[in-house]
Amino acid sequence: MSEKKIIIIGGGPAGLEAAYHLARQNYNVVLFEKDSETGGHIKKDLRLFPDFADASQVRKELSDRIIQPNIEIKTGICINELVQEGNQWCVKSDNNTVVYGDAVLLATGFETFDARRKEELGYGIYNNIITSVEFEEKLKEGKILTTEGNTPQRIAFLNCVGSRDEKTGNHYCSRVCCVNGVKLAISFKELYPSSEAYLFYIDMRMNGQQYEELYRTSQQKYGVTFIRGRISEAAATFDHKIQLKSEDTLAGLPLKITVDLLVLMVGMESSLSTKLLAGQNDIRGNYGFAESLGLNRSDYRTKKEGLFLAGTCKRPLSFQETIADAGAAAVQIMDYLKSIK
Amino acid sequence: MIDLDRADTILYAQIVEKVPSALKCIMCGACSAACTVSNHTDFSFRQCHILFRRGQFNNLASELDKCMLCGKCNLVCPQGVNTRAVISSMRLVLLDMNNRNITL
Amino acid sequence: MEIKKQYWNEYQKEIAQDDYFYERSCIRQTFFPGSEATFLKILREELGKKIVDDPKIHTCTGIGYHSDIVPFDTTMAICARLFSLMNGAGLKNYVPSCVTSFGIFNEVLETWKHHPEELEKTRENLRKATGREFEVPENIAHPSDIIYNFRKELKLKMKYSLVNKETGNPLKVVEHIGCHYSKIFSEKSIGGTEFPHVLAGMIEEWGGEVVDYPERRHCCGFGFRNYLVMANRGYSVANSRKKFESMKPYKPDFIVSNCPGCAMFMDRWQYTIAEMEDITYDDKGKGIPVLTYEEMTGMLLGYNPWDIGMQVHQVQTESLLDKIGIEYDPQDKYVGVSGTFLGEPEKPTNLGV
Repeated sequence: MSEKKIIIIGGGPAGLEAAYHLARQNYNVVLFEKDSETGGHIKKDLRLFPDFADASQVRKELSDRIIQPNIEIKTGICINELVQEGNQWCVKSDNNTVVYGDAVLLATGFETFDARRKEELGYGIYNNIITSVEFEEKLKEGKILTTEGNTPQRIAFLNCVGSRDEKTGNHYCSRVCCVNGVKLAISFKELYPSSEAYLFYIDMRMNGQQYEELYRTSQQKYGVTFIRGRISEAAATFDHKIQLKSEDTLAGLPLKITVDLLVLMVGMESSLSTKLLAGQNDIRGNYGFAESLGLNRSDYRTKKEGLFLAGTCKRPLSFQETIADAGAAAVQIMDYLKSIK
Repeated sequence: MIDLDRADTILYAQIVEKVPSALKCIMCGACSAACTVSNHTDFSFRQCHILFRRGQFNNLASELDKCMLCGKCNLVCPQGVNTRAVISSMRLVLLDMNNRNITL
Repeated sequence: MEIKKQYWNEYQKEIAQDDYFYERSCIRQTFFPGSEATFLKILREELGKKIVDDPKIHTCTGIGYHSDIVPFDTTMAICARLFSLMNGAGLKNYVPSCVTSFGIFNEVLETWKHHPEELEKTRENLRKATGREFEVPENIAHPSDIIYNFRKELKLKMKYSLVNKETGNPLKVVEHIGCHYSKIFSEKSIGGTEFPHVLAGMIEEWGGEVVDYPERRHCCGFGFRNYLVMANRGYSVANSRKKFESMKPYKPDFIVSNCPGCAMFMDRWQYTIAEMEDITYDDKGKGIPVLTYEEMTGMLLGYNPWDIGMQVHQVQTESLLDKIGIEYDPQDKYVGVSGTFLGEPEKPTNLGV
């Protein structure tokens, strides 16, 4: 058993995976999670893309694995200060927690884009306009109903809400919304086969294993209709439906459609914790994400010795990519810990 | 304007029934890029296909008549859509509607 | 809804409090003869403000510029002359009656901000043409901004409110904002582009309920370049028609607009569509009354409707006056200021009066 201690800030997939590997190699880990339960964003998911794996089961595996004697799990604690003191790292929370460690892994993850910032889409103003997160919550309940309590006959998904968008300051792509949207559209059609599902996109970025096949399945087996075009405005009609204006760029014609429910595929932004703690340590990068030392060979280290990064605090990543990222970070941390006295 | 509240998108189901692979089309344009007729005219099979899907039948029958049925589109489709069958069935469905004096 | 109000807060601009220089519209008084006089009366008598109505005022060239007849250099010089008139009256706050004019001035000022060489060129052009010098206004506010700004003070003086006298319910009001007010420079519009608040604020303060319908944001079609060409007129009118069809299910009690062209369109085309297709957008076959914001304000303050020009509307306004409970003399409707009977207009075939 090593006397070295690693502090992990963030109990989502990245933090959980890294904690497990570090503990297996006999390092001491203290893991902080601001929520009352670990698991991060996948707590809200029903199924994961692309294989529709049971999200609760995956999450349970991740969380159960870290029940180990050398992992201290501290939930319900939000770290608001991260500072280097000599060759030690110190974290503090606002309820007077103070903990020291030999190394820190920042795994503070992401937050979803606030759709109210796209006021032309009417989120928070009109009924029946929800985010992808809210849609997934409804899937967990097993039914999707309009605010009037009806089954939607027609639903539209809009990609790239708050991503690839100069107006909101987020030029980047959030990586997962394309495949997630296809997953949600298929989930909807599974529940309501006779309803229509439309998906408005700029590009279909099906860049992972099985993603392209999922896209094909969504068209061929489930009859999801894909329209290449942005939605310029969403307005409520007299009977609480949503009128959308778009252009079908492939047909080269303006397009109008009234739907019962509009789902906004909101992008990933840096979380408040990431912005705060990265800012305190001069590693705040573009868009407020945490910046690693180098994309190609040093993606887990930062310019501060002993401060490491894993997961979506760096950039939008899928669940599988986050897990891989955390494992690699764990190895880097172990190398570091072996090298210091 | 494509008004999806009024356009007849149900007619496309007849195409899908005859040619199930039509649903795989992602409108990449490989077909119209390879098309013989596109070398000489503005004809675009991809565009005809999407207009049919969206229920925009104005002038579509006469456009579809330009196809030479050479099958080059079939050779290049990355999704494996039976493009020749798609265009033939579109022509047949529209001809049928015309014969039965159904205005689209 | 609460979230809407938050957006309005983000797009708040500074509106001058007093000492205004008023620029009348070119054609507005042809359609709504009482509105500008009503505005002046409200500002002077109700609010005690100073507002100068200079007879030397002329066009800002908005119509010409937006029809590609007047080049921008000319427009800038003509606007500069108007500023010079304002300087001559010793004032710094410019108030253009027309919404297109408002757009023109914002465009000119924005051009001068980003291209100071254009400002210098305009100075030279004005000097050569007229010998005049000018200074740029400190504040440009549309008259509807000013009424919005003082809506609470005006409410205290109002005899009536936007409430249905019989049912006690708020009146349902469609508000239509001129494109040049809110769509060109979002930050110059109270409430921004998507949810402008300048008229909604007045309506809500005075007891009414704003109607949000799907085509609320759609242009009425009075784009000069389209409307002035007779061949395009159908296209132009089709835009208003789209709006009418969209608002119909909500059964609005009246429409109010802050743009002279829009108010004219919404009023006139109900007559035209009724005569052409025998369709009206209310359930009594008489059309939905259309008011300018000055008429709405004046009406609630208790001014005589015939003094503020409500008798020359295409869609008759009595149904609205009756709903609110405003007293008026029907015999007086077509009697002129001098007391002579001016003659009643011919009745339309389909549109009820």
